[in-house]
Amino acid sequence: MTDRHDIDCAAVVAQLLAYLDGEIDAATRARIDRHLEHCRGCYTRAQFECALRGRLQELGVEKPSEALARRLKGLLDTF
Amino acid sequence: MTSERPGDAGSCGPPGVAASAALAPAGSAPASAADDRAFFCAQIERLTDRLYGTALRLARNRADAEDLVSEAVVKAWACRHQLHDRACFEKWILRILTNAFFSQCRRVREASLDARADDAHEADGDEGFEPFSLFDRLYQPFLLWWGNPEQELLHKLLREDLDAALDALPEHYRLVVILVELQGYSYAEAAETLAVPVGTVRSRLNRARSALQRALWEQALAAGLVHDTPAREPPHD
Repeated sequence: MTDRHDIDCAAVVAQLLAYLDGEIDAATRARIDRHLEHCRGCYTRAQFECALRGRLQELGVEKPSEALARRLKGLLDTF
Repeated sequence: MTSERPGDAGSCGPPGVAASAALAPAGSAPASAADDRAFFCAQIERLTDRLYGTALRLARNRADAEDLVSEAVVKAWACRHQLHDRACFEKWILRILTNAFFSQCRRVREASLDARADDAHEADGDEGFEPFSLFDRLYQPFLLWWGNPEQELLHKLLREDLDAALDALPEHYRLVVILVELQGYSYAEAAETLAVPVGTVRSRLNRARSALQRALWEQALAAGLVHDTPAREPPHD
């Protein structure tokens, strides 16, 4: 049985990435929150998208070369 | 022509960050020059990997990335008085670095036809766009208690697989993924940085994520990490 506050799986999937981006209005967010508490398929999908994002975020950290480290040290010494 | 944007020397901070009080902790007395310098140097040392990683993803080559990091450090020091809250230092300097990159891009693009080519590409709308979801390819609900193929693939993907998939995206897709997924920009912040409407950010992200997941799937197939299977139907309820 559904009520007017429910949201179905298709609507959750359509809005899931915007939801994970924090780009969704509070009322819809609350409805998706409730849906994810009860729907294993959508919850698993959300977990997967979060984990993929986590792997991508690893790319934002990279050890610099010795040359850059020296260059930065030289710059900081001039400040 | 260059226009001054948040993060450029004239206005360093993202919304809510730019203010006065040179590197002073929020609510405290103004820091001394020596304290400012010590804090700044410690932060640069702490964040060098993050600055370089972001610069490398943006610039796509090591020499340009190193120049970008250096430029960001110099600009950040020059406008350090605009950082209101030390807790915002990381976001603030990453914004400076990102804006320095886009300022360079604009200079290059204004001298070429790349921008017009991008505009023409986007005018195509959704024609030819085929959404792709790794999850729909991999998820097997009947395996719920015995296996988790979609999570297993994420563990098996190498960093270089992810890098190659990101790097292979068209430039306007790659940049929006870097801003939103790697740096946590809001759609509005990404739109401002890219000088496009918010709707364009949404559309590019949608396409970029699809293309990225398709590229990862194809890499996984080529590496024998997965077997080609028809996509599972997404829910229609």
